[in-house]
Amino acid sequence: MRIKSPKDFWAGLMFIGFGLFFAVWAATFYRLGTSLRMGPAYFPTVLGALLAAIGLAILLGSLAVKGEKIASFHFRPLLLVLGGCVAYGYLMGPAGLIAATSALVLISAMGGHEFNWREVAILAVAMIVFSVLVFVKGLSLPFPLWPAMVQ
Amino acid sequence: MDILHNLLLGFEVAVSPINLLYCLIGVLLGTLIGVLPGVGPLATIAMLLPVTFSLNPVAALIMLAGIYYGAQYGGSTTSILVNIPGEVSSVVTCLDGYQMARQGRAGPALAIAALGSFFAGCVATLIIATAAPPLAEVALKFGPAEYFSLMVFGLIAATVLAHGSLAKAIAMVIFGLLLGLVGTDVNSGVLRFTFDIPELADGIGFVAVAMGMFGIAEIIGNLEQKGAREVFVNKVTHLYPSRNDLKRSWKAVLRGTGIGSALGILPGGGAMLSSFASYMIEKKSSKHPEEFGKGAIEGVAGPESANNAGAQTSFIPMLTLGIPSNPVMALMIGALMIQGIAPGPQIMTEKPDLFWGLIASMWVGNLMLVVLNLPLVGIWVKVLRVPYRFLFPTILVFMCIGAYSLSNNAFDCLTMALFGLLGYVCVKLECEPAPMILGFILGPLMEENLRRAMLLSRGDATVFFTKPISAGFMIAAIALLVTIALPNIRKKRAQAFAEDG
Repeated sequence: MRIKSPKDFWAGLMFIGFGLFFAVWAATFYRLGTSLRMGPAYFPTVLGALLAAIGLAILLGSLAVKGEKIASFHFRPLLLVLGGCVAYGYLMGPAGLIAATSALVLISAMGGHEFNWREVAILAVAMIVFSVLVFVKGLSLPFPLWPAMVQ
Repeated sequence: MDILHNLLLGFEVAVSPINLLYCLIGVLLGTLIGVLPGVGPLATIAMLLPVTFSLNPVAALIMLAGIYYGAQYGGSTTSILVNIPGEVSSVVTCLDGYQMARQGRAGPALAIAALGSFFAGCVATLIIATAAPPLAEVALKFGPAEYFSLMVFGLIAATVLAHGSLAKAIAMVIFGLLLGLVGTDVNSGVLRFTFDIPELADGIGFVAVAMGMFGIAEIIGNLEQKGAREVFVNKVTHLYPSRNDLKRSWKAVLRGTGIGSALGILPGGGAMLSSFASYMIEKKSSKHPEEFGKGAIEGVAGPESANNAGAQTSFIPMLTLGIPSNPVMALMIGALMIQGIAPGPQIMTEKPDLFWGLIASMWVGNLMLVVLNLPLVGIWVKVLRVPYRFLFPTILVFMCIGAYSLSNNAFDCLTMALFGLLGYVCVKLECEPAPMILGFILGPLMEENLRRAMLLSRGDATVFFTKPISAGFMIAAIALLVTIALPNIRKKRAQAFAEDG
């Protein structure tokens, strides 16, 4: 048995995984009910099973029909961009908008091709000024600017 | 003259100074973000959605509609000047528009795109005003069985018209439906798939999902490509098309408007299908088919009119049935629900100011696009030349502020990042994210209507096939699936989508 279409193989596997998860989790923890009075588990169980079935079909197809290879993953931009967003979210509450924005710009900029400290610093300052003027002053979003202990 | 009366009401709403201002801001912001290479209308709307949260529903929807047209127009500008389509519907504009730009005729290409879009927008606005009320009246008679079947039909049609593998598209729809079910079950009050995370009790944040799948994934995808883009145009000179240009274009504009208006109503149709169909028809009917791909102005005029007409008539199913025909409309429905308005046929009778105000503002927005964008084209060119290393952190700051402001906590930023990861993986595995968003919006609605239909029919599932309207939708859905699965048609479909390169 050889995988002829890697894209379909992994896509199929992903759908089987998600489908089974939803179906099994729903059927285990929630009430199924009857088709007349559907419980909270009914719809997700049916859909999950259907998703897993389609996933299986895609996976079996990938063993029969030739397809393209998966383009390689680039982990550097992936991790830095995602990390920047998460850092922004978790810094905003405790450390304030200025720290959160600086962290996001700095971390995500490292995911780009060129990195220049001066440019990134200027960009971060510009973004902070912009955020404060438009979102905090203009749209009056309740973001703290500085860390909670400074205020 | 009911329509006239209603349109008057609409214009009263749309032309009030405050709504005009929001429409203007929407159009400008939409164009500004839409011009950025690789940022399509979907990502633009998702990104700007949080800006509208503080507005009242009428103003919010008017602004969002403005953002939508602006983003589309911005995408065309980028296609013509840089040869980078922001989304699938602008791919065809690249073909001849970019060639015109290389011949120093970027000005006329941009102008004809704007004028054609404006004309198409006017016609489409009239079509919505005439077609929507009777359709909504029919829709009011729909019961849960009809609604469920309609949604099945809509989702199937959307996957058939999406490009790529049909099986994967259907799987993505179902995956979206499942994700839409996360949160409190309205019937039993049970918390489903929430893993004791309090933030999930209201479901996964729709805006965060959309921004992650379309915005974040897009940025990561752009970052992995090496090499700088080539911005072709230094200065756009002599904007106005010659007499000959106009003579060649007007028929293309008319045909494009017709095609776009008709296809836009179809589920999954909208802008993309319209522009492809229009380009093919212009090429086939032209006396000089050999000029296409080398800078034929008809190849810009037709598709641009078609995609604007399609973009607008796709509001019809959204406003009258509450069913999104494409992901952009799914975002609009999401925005309505955030404003506390249940989309559906009752909007027209319960909120006539919102309904007619939106329709009138479509026309106003289109007028603004023409009046503003032609003089402002110099600014858009400058925006285009900003290097990507400055752009993407800026876009990320926007999206993070948007996500964080949804409920003022970090969870939505985390959700956005996770769906960014999922979106990136899906692109690598060639699974279209667009059908997933449709499913995500429709998940709870579909479950609710299924439940009610089964309750009314005492658990008899044949009800979907014994009620005539419902049976019609179901048979249409099955027919679509069967025809598309036939090998012959599958090959043709693959060919049709292969042309988008």
